[in-house]
Amino acid sequence: MNLFSDTVTLSRMQFALTAIFHMLWPVLTTGMAIYLVVVEGLWLKTRNPNYYYHARFWTKLYVLNFGIGVASGLPMEFQFGTNWAPFSEAVGDFFGSILGFEGAMAFMLEAGFLGIMLFGWERVHPAIHYLATIMVAFGANLSTFWILVANSWMQTPSGGEMVNGKFVVNDYFQAILNPFMAKSVSHMFLATLETSLFVIGGISAWYIINQRHQAFFAHSLKIVLAVAIAVTPLQIYVGHLSAEQVYRYQPTKLAAMEAKWETSPAGQPADWSLLALPNEKREFNSWEITIPQGLGYVLEFKANLSEPVQGLKEWPVNERPKMVGLIYYSFRVMSGIGFFLAGLMVWSLLQWLMGNLSPETISQRKWLLRTWILAAPLGYIAVESGWIVRCVGRQPWTLYGEIRTVDAASHLPASNVLTSLICFAVIYSMLFIAALYFGSRIIRRGPKLDLPLPIPGLEDKVAMSTEQANFVKDQRPLEAQQ
Amino acid sequence: MDALLHFLPQVWFVILALFLFLYVMLDGFDLGVGILSLTSSNEERRTLLMTSLGNIWDANETWLVLMGGGLFGAFPLAYGTILNALYIPIFIMIFGLIFRAVAFEFREQANNKIFWNFAFGIGSFLAALGQGFALGTVIQGIKVDAMGHFIGSTWDWLNWRNLLVALTLIQGYVLIGSTYLILKTEGELQNTHYRTAKLAGITTLLGAILITITTPIFYESLRDRLFSAPLVYIFAAIPILGMVLVWLLLQSLNQREESTPFIWTILIFLLSFIGLGLIVFPYIIPTEITIYQAAAAPSALVFMLIFIGFLIPVMLFYNIYNYVVFRGKVVNEGEGY
Ligand code: HDD
Ligand code: HEM
Ligand code: HEM
Repeated sequence: MNLFSDTVTLSRMQFALTAIFHMLWPVLTTGMAIYLVVVEGLWLKTRNPNYYYHARFWTKLYVLNFGIGVASGLPMEFQFGTNWAPFSEAVGDFFGSILGFEGAMAFMLEAGFLGIMLFGWERVHPAIHYLATIMVAFGANLSTFWILVANSWMQTPSGGEMVNGKFVVNDYFQAILNPFMAKSVSHMFLATLETSLFVIGGISAWYIINQRHQAFFAHSLKIVLAVAIAVTPLQIYVGHLSAEQVYRYQPTKLAAMEAKWETSPAGQPADWSLLALPNEKREFNSWEITIPQGLGYVLEFKANLSEPVQGLKEWPVNERPKMVGLIYYSFRVMSGIGFFLAGLMVWSLLQWLMGNLSPETISQRKWLLRTWILAAPLGYIAVESGWIVRCVGRQPWTLYGEIRTVDAASHLPASNVLTSLICFAVIYSMLFIAALYFGSRIIRRGPKLDLPLPIPGLEDKVAMSTEQANFVKDQRPLEAQQ
Repeated sequence: MDALLHFLPQVWFVILALFLFLYVMLDGFDLGVGILSLTSSNEERRTLLMTSLGNIWDANETWLVLMGGGLFGAFPLAYGTILNALYIPIFIMIFGLIFRAVAFEFREQANNKIFWNFAFGIGSFLAALGQGFALGTVIQGIKVDAMGHFIGSTWDWLNWRNLLVALTLIQGYVLIGSTYLILKTEGELQNTHYRTAKLAGITTLLGAILITITTPIFYESLRDRLFSAPLVYIFAAIPILGMVLVWLLLQSLNQREESTPFIWTILIFLLSFIGLGLIVFPYIIPTEITIYQAAAAPSALVFMLIFIGFLIPVMLFYNIYNYVVFRGKVVNEGEGY
């Protein structure tokens, strides 16, 4: 098979590329929106300008991501029709409705209030501005909800049946409440939050280690830490629940996630593979490091399996996912990161309790801060890996068990798809580099701690508190402060 | 039951027409301003143009997303077939919109703004071009098999009649963009746009006249529909009304009124849109697939009506509120946010 003349493969590559790229931006905007709600709330409550400057500073990064999120979301909306027309036609009744809801409830809400949130500080009453910020955050999270309803339904189609190649829905609410929905939504919600927390934390750590506005950024680091204490362990638990539901509903995916070729019978312990080199041709792992009797503990917290865990060989080759190695390692990367971030959180918490994170001393915790900087991109990697597990592991189905990917693709000349794919690759690479460049520039410029405050009548307080915001002064030589 | 089977698709046809109209009107002036920015001579002016859109471009574009999602849910067959047939124009539009959207954020940050200025202008132009070709092709008709699946070639959209539609649409966007700028700017910049608006008004009119003449000549199936009573009376009235509106527009431009040109332009858009809707109805892909054939199951249409239909007033409310908050002339405020 020639890769460049096969429309289905090209369409899959295009969908994968555009989805992976799109995913990079909403992750931050959905999670950070919640952070913005928190700091703006604190500002309104305490009138401490620090919080106001936090809101203003992080908003800059927020919009940058938001713009690219919107730009890369548009092709997603239309690709179902352009590249997956048979799929769209077959599942439009449900899947299309859900995308419609996402537009009407979520995107519109976000977009409608974004203008006020960004430019409205001096134009509307603070309460209305706060409402706008809340609506933007709410809209973003609603959009996570609906898109995960749609995707979960692709994993566990329910609420109807296939009739003559079209999915006929009997019960829309059952379709919305499909078996995967609740846990996937929770896992994704926590993922956006966790990623954003560690991005905010990592950037704060960078400022602190460079001795710029330590007090100011110790603030955000602590807010982040306070939330991460709950989020990181919870995410591991919800991730575990996700794996459990995969075990129950998508045995082919579970087998690929564990690179498991042979079935393990019920009532007995089974080995859990820690690292392996899957060999798809010969259907075994060329080498493997296993933890004896581990599988039962991983799946059910006990030694013996209560149900058999099927191996890939149980299915004919055309009914199980390919690229086992990719699925296997993506899963390990994601969960590894989950544990790593939880560990980092525990370490930081200990330091905090020992009083080592006060604004005066925090910049001396070099290794801790370096680890936070290192952790900033990890959330993204976990998120992308999670999606790879989920979408590649679903293969060869687009609608699990019902519509095969090969039947889901539009009949298009390969040259068309190849052209659009190349355009995406080129444009997205450019945007990625530009985003990194401009993002790091916003960070290097740092926060503006002398903006006038937006509430009339507070001017005299300002003079005092702006000083407070700066009370550990930028200690670098003047030239370096720009 | 039978009445319901007809009524629901009609309701959705009207809702989608509303979304599309709001999109064409609102993103129309957005894109028009973008295209106009290509002719802007200096940086300060361009900044003002982009500032006039800063708070609303995203909301305006979202009507397109909503229209896409709505079409997908309400008429899945049409969503698949039309987008499949229009692969190339749709991607021209998408790439255009991508450039435009990121230009807003990147330009703000960049020292050297030339590239992003260009991305903004060209992006707007490409988006309008893609939309124009798509519109032309839908009027022209899409080749489908008995099941309603696309069987034509991927280049069916490329011919001079669709080019004419695309160029006219671009003129229309420039027109509404310049009347929007008359509303939002003052002084020298406003003067410029009085001139552009006049020019664009005339070129749009010419394009519209050509399309009105050529459509019945070249598309037999549409001709039959056009010239049968009672539609023929409506179609006779539309060009006349259109002429009157353009005349009113030019008058208001001559008298240098500020807000009326924008309103006349909106009415011109509305009129053309109603004309178009009447030609198309009850087809969704003229003259192959009717809205009844393409519609999703009645239960799906009801389901969507409950969740989307009732949100329409709410969406309109906060969108209008957004315009109210930012009413008045734009000023350069230095750094945006
Ligand atoms: C984390 C949740 C999440 C996931 C998994 C996806 N998106 Fe997304 N998307 C968002 C969260 C989001 C968002 C946070 O709501 C964005 C980012 C910026 C924005 O305006 O909304 C967005 C933007 C966005 C837009 C532009 C909206 C606008 O104009 O305002 C579209 C059309 C889509 N997305 C469509 C999709 C599709 C079809 C996806 C599936 C493949 C998808 N998104 C995955
Ligand atoms: C020990 C920790 C973790 C475990 C056991 C775990 C488990 C899983 C499993 C089994 C899936 C696949 C679900 C499916 O295919 O239906 C998944 C998906 C996913 N994971 Fe994780 N995960 C963990 C940590 C993380 C972390 C830290 C992140 C990001 C910050 C993350 C982000 C995602 C995302 C975005 C998906 C795809 C969407 C979804 O299923 O909600 N995961 N995870
Ligand atoms: C939540 C909304 C999403 C929906 C509705 C969705 C839907 C789809 C569809 C229709 C396909 C093409 C058909 C197929 O290959 O089966 C696909 C493939 C794919 N998607 Fe998702 N997707 C979503 C999110 C994501 C995200 C966020 C990512 C990555 C970060 C992703 C990664 C992929 C990959 C890698 C493929 C290609 C799989 C392959 O062909 O082997 N998806 N998805």
